[in-house]
Amino acid sequence: MINYILRRLVTAALLIVAVSMVTFAIFFLIPKAAHADPAEMYVGKTATPRDVEATRIKLGLDKPIYVQYGKFVKGLVVGRDYDSGPTVTHCSAPCFGYSFRTDREVWPLLLDRLPVTISLALGAAVLWLVGGVGGGVISALKRGKISDRVVMIIALAGVSLPVYFTGLVFQQLFVHQWKIFQGGEYINFVDDPLGWANKLFLAWVSLALLFAATYARLTRATMLETLGEDYIRTARAKGLKERVVVGKHAMRAVLTPIVTIFGLDLGTLLGGAILTERVFSLPGIGKLSVDAVNQKDLPIILGATLFASFFIVIANLVVDLLYAVIDPRVRLS
Amino acid sequence: MSSSLLTDVSPTPGGPGSQPAQSFLDVRDLRIHFNTDDGVVKAVDGLTFQLERGQTLGIVGESGSGKSVTSLGILGLHRRGSAKISGEVWLDGEELIGASPERVRLLRGAKMSMIFQDPLTAMHPYYTVGAQIIEAYRVHHKVSKSEARKRAIDMLDRVGIPQPQRRVDDYPHQFSGGMRQRAMIAMSLVNNPQLLIADEPTTALDVTVQAQILDLIRDLQSEFNSAVIIITHDLGVVAEVADDILVMYGGKCVEHATAEAVFRRPEHPYAWGLLSSMPRVDREVRDRLVPIKGNPPSLINLPSGCSFHPRCPYAERNGIPCKTVEPALAEATPKHGVACHIPPAERAAIFKSDIAPNL
Repeated sequence: MINYILRRLVTAALLIVAVSMVTFAIFFLIPKAAHADPAEMYVGKTATPRDVEATRIKLGLDKPIYVQYGKFVKGLVVGRDYDSGPTVTHCSAPCFGYSFRTDREVWPLLLDRLPVTISLALGAAVLWLVGGVGGGVISALKRGKISDRVVMIIALAGVSLPVYFTGLVFQQLFVHQWKIFQGGEYINFVDDPLGWANKLFLAWVSLALLFAATYARLTRATMLETLGEDYIRTARAKGLKERVVVGKHAMRAVLTPIVTIFGLDLGTLLGGAILTERVFSLPGIGKLSVDAVNQKDLPIILGATLFASFFIVIANLVVDLLYAVIDPRVRLS
Repeated sequence: MSSSLLTDVSPTPGGPGSQPAQSFLDVRDLRIHFNTDDGVVKAVDGLTFQLERGQTLGIVGESGSGKSVTSLGILGLHRRGSAKISGEVWLDGEELIGASPERVRLLRGAKMSMIFQDPLTAMHPYYTVGAQIIEAYRVHHKVSKSEARKRAIDMLDRVGIPQPQRRVDDYPHQFSGGMRQRAMIAMSLVNNPQLLIADEPTTALDVTVQAQILDLIRDLQSEFNSAVIIITHDLGVVAEVADDILVMYGGKCVEHATAEAVFRRPEHPYAWGLLSSMPRVDREVRDRLVPIKGNPPSLINLPSGCSFHPRCPYAERNGIPCKTVEPALAEATPKHGVACHIPPAERAAIFKSDIAPNL
């Protein structure tokens, strides 16, 4: 088991290195191929060629790509100094560089946005887990009945309607028309928990609806399959109550695929829910990335991408380890 | 033989005037039908038998003859929505088909329990063997976990699992096939059931383990004086353990007698076929086994008349009634029931000339 964990950790680390290489290549090689100069992007349209040249040297863009990558990795691990001749700016680890637009360090920017994204992702996750799994179980137990149809129709609607539709409709109805929820700025949880929930609720629901649909369908399918298993018949033959048969014996098996996709979905969302954050103007990682893309702010895009892939790799790792806890058959191999 | 094979219980299924049973287990005119899109599947159609404590009944038949459906029906494991069940099942003077599901649940696993085939799929892969036995015990006994655990270890020891204190915390996949079946038996017997139904308990096991498992069931039966039903398609198994044999074909009983009578002097052509297709060590090796031609009938569209007639080599010879009239179970000799239109004298002649020499 220890061996397995170690092996998985090493793989995860290698994966992150590989992702960093690919992202780095995409963001620094492609501009080059397209004859766009990162140094020019950095200094802005009004700069003189001399300024551009100075910036190029300061950012190390004159060096070969592998040297640049090496410096980038060094910056991530131990920090990095930017030497522009007269002044040296130190960027402490993990250093993703400076924003081309605001000249602020990327890492604190990301950290600053993270609580918003986490708030959005976790709140939505609770809703979609309860709604999706609950709906799926009801649907499976009432197979073919009215409640099954209703849940599956909602699921179909949920999976078909994009967030930028449901989000806007919700806002129009609940915020502007009926004034049940407030619009306006994001509120920190520590400042005002109720205000925080009030502001985020519609975003949670819109995002959760999308995911709950998938979970309801998956739960329904797995539950129906599991209820046909021999060990469920055995559980009934023991004289267990139907509630225990479904709630304990069947749910245990249904949990496995749910945990898998839940881990991956959550990992993906922690990298930023781009559409939802945009529609509800939540200042999270997703919004940061979109804004950065619009402004061709390469260091932020690079930072956000790496940040997101880090969460996905970690989520994968956690899911794999959890698997060993959930399914005893995985433990030995 | 203490179990009466054929009683003249008039078929008034579920009627208010029906008499309480005399036997420990008394199944009367049991019918289990399933509504499907293709039509009504008559999985069990009018089955009647009795079984006493301490006795073993072997139910024999091909796949789809209704053996397993019968046992699940007795335990009340069919979903009431999909299965239409009629008839009566009396267990120790209590009728089960008309009883509330909650009442049957309380009996299930306690007074009557079942050993399933293929314990790899029949045991929950995510729980330890011990946890599953403990759970089975605690459903019906208000005891602490540690007490139930002691009981589980005791049961594992009883069914011959070495180092039960250690193995109790293993998962089913860590057991070998034979061990799993033993654990399954331990789980079924943990509440000292008075009726034990073993559904193909040895199908997935090799022959030596098969014999051990059958010995085990027999030992435990004599210890608790339970009634046992062994369901199998393997005549070798019932030959070893059964007192009585009930041969099922197409959801009906076609022959019912003591094990000795069925092996020595079988009456039904289907039983002849079963016996002729059974390998035996005391037979000449050069002799070929004689298979029964054709396939088991569809339970949606049973053949008219005797449902075995399309496969029966003697139906043509006997003529019309085989194809049009359903034969009733009648006593060929005392306590030997058979459902066949061929006149007893002719049956005896056929058996003597065609069948017996090849057995």
